[in-house]
Amino acid sequence: MKKIFLALTFSGSVLFAAAQANVLPAEKQKTPIVITNATIHKGNGEVVENASIVIVDGKIKEIGTNVSVPAGSEMVDAKGKHVYPGIILPASSLGLTEISAVRATNDVREIGDMNPNVRSIVAYNTDSKVINTLRSNGIVAANIVPQGSFLAGSSSVVQLDAWTWTDAALKTDAGMHLYMPSMLARPGGGRFGGGGGPGGPNATPQTDPVKEAIEKLETLKAFFREAKAYNATSTHDETNLKYEATKNLFNKTQKLYVHGNTVKQMLAALDFVKEFGFDVVIVGGSESWQIPDLLKQHNVSVILQQMHSLPTTTDDDVDQPYKAAAALQKAGVTFAISDDDPQTRGRNIAFNAGTAVAYGLSKEEALAAITLNVAKIMGVADKTGSLEVGKDANIIISTGDILDMATNDVTDAFIQGRKINLDDKQKQLNSRYEEKYQIKEKGKKGF
Amino acid sequence: MRKNRLWLPAILSLFFSFQLIAQPTFPENGVADPRHGHYAFTNATIVKDAANTIANATMIIKDGRIISVGAGLAVPAGAVEIDCKGKYIYPSFIDIYTDYGTPQRQQTGGGGGFNFAQQPQLETAIKGPYGWNQAIKSDVDVYKVFGVNDVVAKPLREAGFGTVLTHVKDGVARGTGAVVTLANEKENLVILKEKASAHYSFNKGTSGQAYPGSMMGYIALLRQTYLDAAWYKNKPYMEGFNVSLQSWNDNQGLPQIFEANDKWNDLRADKIGDEFGVQYIIKAGQNEYQRIKEIKATNATYILPLNYPQAMDVEDPADARFVSVEDMKHWEMAPSNAAAFEKNGVPFCITTSDLRAVNTFWSSLRKAMEYGLSESKAMEALTKTPAMILGIYDKVGSLEAGKMANFLITNGPIFSEKTNILYNYVQGIKYGVKSEDNIAGTYNLTVNTVAGAEKYTLEVKSSSSLSMYAKDTMNNRFSFDGKQIKLSYAPMQRRQRPAPGDTTQRRPGGGFPGMGGAQTQTLPATATRLSGMSNGTEWNGTGVDSSGNALTWTAVFIKAAEVKTDTVKKKDIPAMGKVTYPFLPFGWDEEHQPKQETILIKNATVWTNEKEGVLQNTDVVLKNGKITAIGKNLNEAGARTIDGTGKHVTAGIIDEHSHIAAASINEGAQSVTSEVRIGDNINPDDINIYRQLSGGVTSSHILHGSANVIGGQTQLLKLRWGANAEDMKFKGWPGQIKFALGENVKRSNFNIQGGNNRYPDTRMGVEQVLVDAFTRARDYKKQWSDYNAEKDKLTKEKKPLTGLIPPRRDLELEALVEILENKRFITCHSYVQSEITGLIEVAEQMGFKVNTFTHILEGYKVADRMLKHGSNASTFSDWWAYKVEVEDAIPYNAAIMHKVGLNVAINSDDAEMARRLNQEAAKTIKYGGLTQEEALKLVTLNPAKMLKVDDKVGSIKVGKDADVVVWSDNPLSIYAKSLYTIVDGTVYFDRQKDEQLQKEVDAERARLVKKLNGEKRSGAPTIPAIPSYQIMHSCSDHGHSHGLLVIDSDNLDNN
Repeated sequence: MKKIFLALTFSGSVLFAAAQANVLPAEKQKTPIVITNATIHKGNGEVVENASIVIVDGKIKEIGTNVSVPAGSEMVDAKGKHVYPGIILPASSLGLTEISAVRATNDVREIGDMNPNVRSIVAYNTDSKVINTLRSNGIVAANIVPQGSFLAGSSSVVQLDAWTWTDAALKTDAGMHLYMPSMLARPGGGRFGGGGGPGGPNATPQTDPVKEAIEKLETLKAFFREAKAYNATSTHDETNLKYEATKNLFNKTQKLYVHGNTVKQMLAALDFVKEFGFDVVIVGGSESWQIPDLLKQHNVSVILQQMHSLPTTTDDDVDQPYKAAAALQKAGVTFAISDDDPQTRGRNIAFNAGTAVAYGLSKEEALAAITLNVAKIMGVADKTGSLEVGKDANIIISTGDILDMATNDVTDAFIQGRKINLDDKQKQLNSRYEEKYQIKEKGKKGF
Repeated sequence: MRKNRLWLPAILSLFFSFQLIAQPTFPENGVADPRHGHYAFTNATIVKDAANTIANATMIIKDGRIISVGAGLAVPAGAVEIDCKGKYIYPSFIDIYTDYGTPQRQQTGGGGGFNFAQQPQLETAIKGPYGWNQAIKSDVDVYKVFGVNDVVAKPLREAGFGTVLTHVKDGVARGTGAVVTLANEKENLVILKEKASAHYSFNKGTSGQAYPGSMMGYIALLRQTYLDAAWYKNKPYMEGFNVSLQSWNDNQGLPQIFEANDKWNDLRADKIGDEFGVQYIIKAGQNEYQRIKEIKATNATYILPLNYPQAMDVEDPADARFVSVEDMKHWEMAPSNAAAFEKNGVPFCITTSDLRAVNTFWSSLRKAMEYGLSESKAMEALTKTPAMILGIYDKVGSLEAGKMANFLITNGPIFSEKTNILYNYVQGIKYGVKSEDNIAGTYNLTVNTVAGAEKYTLEVKSSSSLSMYAKDTMNNRFSFDGKQIKLSYAPMQRRQRPAPGDTTQRRPGGGFPGMGGAQTQTLPATATRLSGMSNGTEWNGTGVDSSGNALTWTAVFIKAAEVKTDTVKKKDIPAMGKVTYPFLPFGWDEEHQPKQETILIKNATVWTNEKEGVLQNTDVVLKNGKITAIGKNLNEAGARTIDGTGKHVTAGIIDEHSHIAAASINEGAQSVTSEVRIGDNINPDDINIYRQLSGGVTSSHILHGSANVIGGQTQLLKLRWGANAEDMKFKGWPGQIKFALGENVKRSNFNIQGGNNRYPDTRMGVEQVLVDAFTRARDYKKQWSDYNAEKDKLTKEKKPLTGLIPPRRDLELEALVEILENKRFITCHSYVQSEITGLIEVAEQMGFKVNTFTHILEGYKVADRMLKHGSNASTFSDWWAYKVEVEDAIPYNAAIMHKVGLNVAINSDDAEMARRLNQEAAKTIKYGGLTQEEALKLVTLNPAKMLKVDDKVGSIKVGKDADVVVWSDNPLSIYAKSLYTIVDGTVYFDRQKDEQLQKEVDAERARLVKKLNGEKRSGAPTIPAIPSYQIMHSCSDHGHSHGLLVIDSDNLDNN
């Protein structure tokens, strides 16, 4: 039944009017699958040519140039193709925001400054139409992150082929998200001139934003101290949900994701390492290239949230944002590359990584930045992130280099050994209008 | 010298309680007291004007006028002689840019952009027979509202000013200014010229009316008002009485003064003037030195303010990181602005306007002089130049018989560091400024205590400092206000006693320079306290001793203090960085101006975009700005050779939809604003020009935003980095205009308080706006052709044309008529299929063509209809899902439209993505399977076609412009980088040179930070470091973040 369905989907037929409602989550893997003749990029830096991967019960059983093929295996010939670990989007509002301009479709930001008890996973919409467009580009998992003005709540890692959020969850509440107060002075009073002239820059700011931010952070540290004491005893006259929500930060099964970009914001975040012993991840990190040694020294990881960005200052190297990844790599910082673009919702993550290659990373390092490094930061590297024996079979196959849009062409994807349907709403609309204009072949004109 | 002691000391802040000048028409309450102010100032050095100084001269004044000036003049009978030996007399200064004596105003409008989240005030809120726009206040005559205000006048007088031009600083047209003196007299007497000037600005001031809400809107409003006013001269009955236009016309004969406040705005203002035969006098900003050649070319006289940026505290490297070289360098160079004007022979006046406080005038002026402004030029700029402009040189501006007795008496050459202005005479009335510091000297003090006379010696240093001793030195506190004396003293405590000869303890004005204020010595409560008055060479008074006993005292002048001669040498002009073009990092200085070169690119893979396709191992020659040869083994004598081995050559990228390099983008206050022009407000100082060159972009089409259905006229630029606004424009390009449909023009995605009040609110209304606009345009066209026909007929019949009133020229409709006549082409922001089809239907019904649909994310749904209509399509590669109208956007859009046969481009609409447009084009290979050559054309030849410049750019073809990129790799690869980006044969981006430039930027940065830190350590006041934010304009269409320091223009406060 399902095979027939898949065949229909890929034939470019236009029988389906309901956009992607018929893209069903794949069933549990039943027969072994062997991908053969592939160039395998393991995600851990290793590349093997002409190699095979054996997938059994959703796990990678064997990988290499000389594998034993289980009887009855479904063979996938990947000759001339590249095989990669499925990409993990490190920080995303996927499933929480459908159309940012429509308030009703936004479930991403709760009211209040202190929301440690808020959990993104419960609002994650597995039927978001955005999800399938990401799978089409090789993204198989994502970290679903709540937004906020301060302590925003917890994120969960999901795989992108599920009926419900409970099915989707790979690791729930894996991260607590702190949005750093701004530490940049805003021009006070004076308006910006209209002529490109020096209008506003000399307007004196009214307050010292760094001091204000530090004071605000002190209130958070006080909260954590109280939470720690609270959680040290098991009985309480009154239950405090906010304190309880921090428990996993202290037992280190949850990381503290600190959203910030400036050096001062990142330095302030080190307090959470030093005083509370939290595992800290910087999200944003556009200025992290300035302090990679300090980040390394404190075992702080970085998610570069928007690599395709303009340089921070007019004085910066025109390609400065593209070079940030190489600076972190060189210093040995564990970092991931994300794609936060609200117009494309993360589907260009591989090309962000590709840009980092043009500016100093090796291709395999860039691949790790969107696969294994992400898994490490999320705390799911035991399950996924690389093509290694024993891990979940989260695998994608592309006809060409996945980091380059000119060659990126994902033909197959597997999540936990399940071959997923790579159709999406946009492909369906494409088919519908290819039909309208009688466009027969890719790359040829219809009339 | 000591003779002067006999002068009545100046009394500061003296208010006259009676009028010194009697007015014949005003009744007298009491006994007549006619006075004539008849004085003779003798033995003075009289500086008649910047060029003429008479030594040992006399000036005689009477009734507020100068009777005579010269050497050896006899003191006439009845005149009071004032001996000015050692003193200088100067004409007092004229400030041509003040709002002295005008009522306070509430600034509500201002120059902010269109605020999407607010209900706009669509009509004027002022009742009366005024024009349609509240910002045109040409009817305001300042003399009708002017009131003498001595609180404001006093600091101006103390700075040396005697006469000012005042006007109400409110509105785009501000009515007339009046010349007034700073005498504290009845208004009737101080107004020298009631209508001396007419004023304009790019600031709507108190007008809350939404239009204009942009720089281009200001320009358009001025332009239309000039036309309306000219038309109004015909007394068109349908306009009725319009006082704004009438006053506008009445004011045209006056000197026209335009407040521009910035180098580019200066040029914009001058350009408007040129269009209507007006030469403005331009109130400048502080940054004209950055474009002094263009400034000179305006032939305008400028009014220069002397406010400079304050030094920032950049001690903290993490804070300093966000302060740009541009801002630091402007801090460094702004004081040289006046000198740049002088050096380049640009005439100018100097104003106190914009200063943080008028009392900083002298320190600011001296700073300008330290940076090269000459004394004679400064004098001229403060006297003769403004007087000539205002036509009042017969009254003020120099010291000559018959002129007003407006002059300064100083104790030395006026620009000398140590000189003080002692008196400022306005209309012959004396205003004391600074007490003559002639009390300095030695005095014998006798204090008559109960115990007998105590004798002390006083060494008076200044009006706030003396040293006092008998046997022992006494701690003291001293003040002299010109008349009253206060002195407290007590014996010095042992531990305080200084070593003999050490005078540091008593040093006045201790602390850091600039901190001001004397260091006061601590005195015990038991100090003896004296007070009294100066009676010339003798002081007398009473006091209380340490035990509370009353006493009297007398101090007698013995000898004057020794005057130290001023040995300060003329300082060298401080070292400064070079002006670069643009005034940004990576700009070039004059010695390194990129030049058009002859370039031979050897052995490259050449993507011709022509039928030849991609040529391997091919050479390309660029010469005189054109592509002159393509082939194998080419030679070109004297050419710079670029080895193209392994490299790729393409035509430069053309961005069909961009919002960089403009001062404003959206004039959203009305639904039809076809009169505004992006080309009026190009901003060449945008770092994104350079960044986009680094991504291979050579031309950008700068579009109006999408706030309204019919937006403004667009401007195609070539990215000639460092050129001025006019030189960046693409020559020989037929104009285009931006239209917009859908959610933005309906203002759907903004939470507008009170709801949207601007028509339209639906796509139905959008269509009607279009129908209405083009219906009006057609009628307008007919009105003119009828008029012209009638005119021709009358002319042919040799009948008089009187009574034949031409239609009003309407620039909004003229632009639409241009569309109807195929002279201007539409690029229309559009998304969904209904609105696309709707516009096509309107176009076909009204007889025009929609040249380009831009964004056009649902173009794939109606590509056949667009093809039939003959449109082009310019779209994003893969944007979607950020608002409802992009829900059905698909990345296959470009490919489908291309396959249907449309001419398709990929555009950026985004300063960041614009530098990766080659990669955005490459996405059509992934989504839709275009060939590599087809994909490249989406960002080169195809946009050239839709912009109607494909005869000049867009492919590598002999004869086309040498707009060429040399890539490191296949240009569609994510790994490709532009190595050279060439515009008109000039290399504007060279990746190797860029590394060198980066080093220079870093070095310049280090130098400036060091200089600022030095400034701080030397005790100069600093302000906290302010990050150098950049304003970015966008369509207001999507929420793409651009980094920490970028402020979206839509988020700017509307103040």
